[in-house]
Amino acid sequence: MKVLVPVKRVVDYNVKVRVKSDNTDVDIANVKMSMNPFDEIAVEEATRLKEKGVATEIVAVSCGVSQCQEQIRSAMAIGADRGVLVETNAQLQPLAVAKLLKAVADKEAPQLIILGKQAIDDDANQTGQMLAALLGWPQATFASEVVVEGDRVKVTREIDGGLETLSLKLPAIITTDLRLNEPRYATLPKIMQAKKKPLETLTPEALGVDVSPRLSVLKVTEPAARQAGIKVPDVATLVDKLKNEAKVI
Amino acid sequence: MTVLVIAEHDNSVLKGATLNTVAAAAKLDSEVHVLVAGKGVDAVATAAAAVAGVAKVLVADSDALANDLAENVAEQVLQVAGAYSHILFPATASGKNTAPRVAAKLDVAQISEITAVVDADTFERPIYAGNAIATVKSADAKKVITVRTTAFDAVAATGGTATVESVAAVADSGLSAFVSREVVKSARPELTAASVIVSGGRGLGSAENFKILDGVADKLGAAVGASRAAVDAGYAPNDLQVGQTGKVVAPQLYIAVGISGAIQHLAGMKDSKVIVAINKDAEAPIFGVADYGLVADLFTAVPELEKAL
Repeated sequence: MKVLVPVKRVVDYNVKVRVKSDNTDVDIANVKMSMNPFDEIAVEEATRLKEKGVATEIVAVSCGVSQCQEQIRSAMAIGADRGVLVETNAQLQPLAVAKLLKAVADKEAPQLIILGKQAIDDDANQTGQMLAALLGWPQATFASEVVVEGDRVKVTREIDGGLETLSLKLPAIITTDLRLNEPRYATLPKIMQAKKKPLETLTPEALGVDVSPRLSVLKVTEPAARQAGIKVPDVATLVDKLKNEAKVI
Repeated sequence: MTVLVIAEHDNSVLKGATLNTVAAAAKLDSEVHVLVAGKGVDAVATAAAAVAGVAKVLVADSDALANDLAENVAEQVLQVAGAYSHILFPATASGKNTAPRVAAKLDVAQISEITAVVDADTFERPIYAGNAIATVKSADAKKVITVRTTAFDAVAATGGTATVESVAAVADSGLSAFVSREVVKSARPELTAASVIVSGGRGLGSAENFKILDGVADKLGAAVGASRAAVDAGYAPNDLQVGQTGKVVAPQLYIAVGISGAIQHLAGMKDSKVIVAINKDAEAPIFGVADYGLVADLFTAVPELEKAL
């Protein structure tokens, strides 16, 4: 089966972002960009499905500026066979991305689409579910285990209080949680090979998708800072402070 | 303008997250209705009708809704959505699963994990793991929203006198099927509802050592949490994880033991009223947010703390 894996270019998870002084956005000029960590897990899972002989082809897709090619190449270095970039300089929100991905899915006809559960920049946790709704496919979000069984896929999901297992009819959408797998590091030979893999570029216009944002960001501010605390010398002082100063125990 | 809140429940008990979501809905200054979709949910409907500020409870009861499958629940919400200007879900695993499906079918943007209501179209929400707060305005006619429950004080579970109305339940989509569920049994309070949380990190060193937190938790009536490092290392089950990708908590007292304080962890707990850090590394970032910090070896400090309580 063909597996589609959408990947997003985001600020590297180790970067502590700062809010711009004019409060219009966070300042991401000159910061390190990477593939969203949950998407790496998605690429890894697709690659493992291919190694098991379940998947035959993996297509990595990214939507955004031309530099998103770097993230598609990273996905290829892990195991994707080819890439599709939907290139636009527009500010993309999850609904627009879901519509772009639907158009790509209509073209590519994959049996499985694996996405990350959320991107670590907008923290929206929407795109996979929206894509499933637009395609009319079943979804299994926050997956920690995926087993393809004939024309169905069995997915164990992380829910509040434990785990649940669902069986979905293919084609289906899966979004990855952290414990699904440990993504491999791309080796140098794989990175070199990835440069030769095909990468197709499309545009929202060519796909007939209106990507205009529905939410406007009025301002972006720093979260309220916490008052600086104190260090206590021993447990007795700590308990005393909690009882008599903070009055929380 | 009427607001619909989707109830969080397990078919027998109305979950506390619903009360926080009703609190957010109440800030919109309009009538609040609650949808209870499930199987055999009479007790849940009765509980929802008693919630302060709720005017009407809609009940959809069928086998198709028994297991909270997103495909079916989203269809159910869409069936009643026409009458509402705002549809609010708690930002729980269940709410996050279903809400975007509803939004996409309505062709509207979803506003995730709001932490404040500015007006009927404008909301605040954290981005970049809580390192920035965005104020966003929606241009859509209908708003589909998930509510960060720790940002809104729960409304009273009693005092309401809502009418209960049964609505036609949707048919099963046939797209997905429930297989099984493993719920971790715990005598402790639920993490997101606990007023005190004792959390452990990589510093605990093993699953065996993690139990050192139990004594303190028992004395304080606290829930036990964990950092991602502790969960990934197998010291604690993943539903205890506090952070950007786990649960977001805001208890009265959060005690972080052997947790360095990565930004992803801080995103899940920095709205706690009082934060205590116990760590042997005086430079650990957790001390930057802790009200009270104790630089000490946790293996001596935690038993001492248990004794002192």
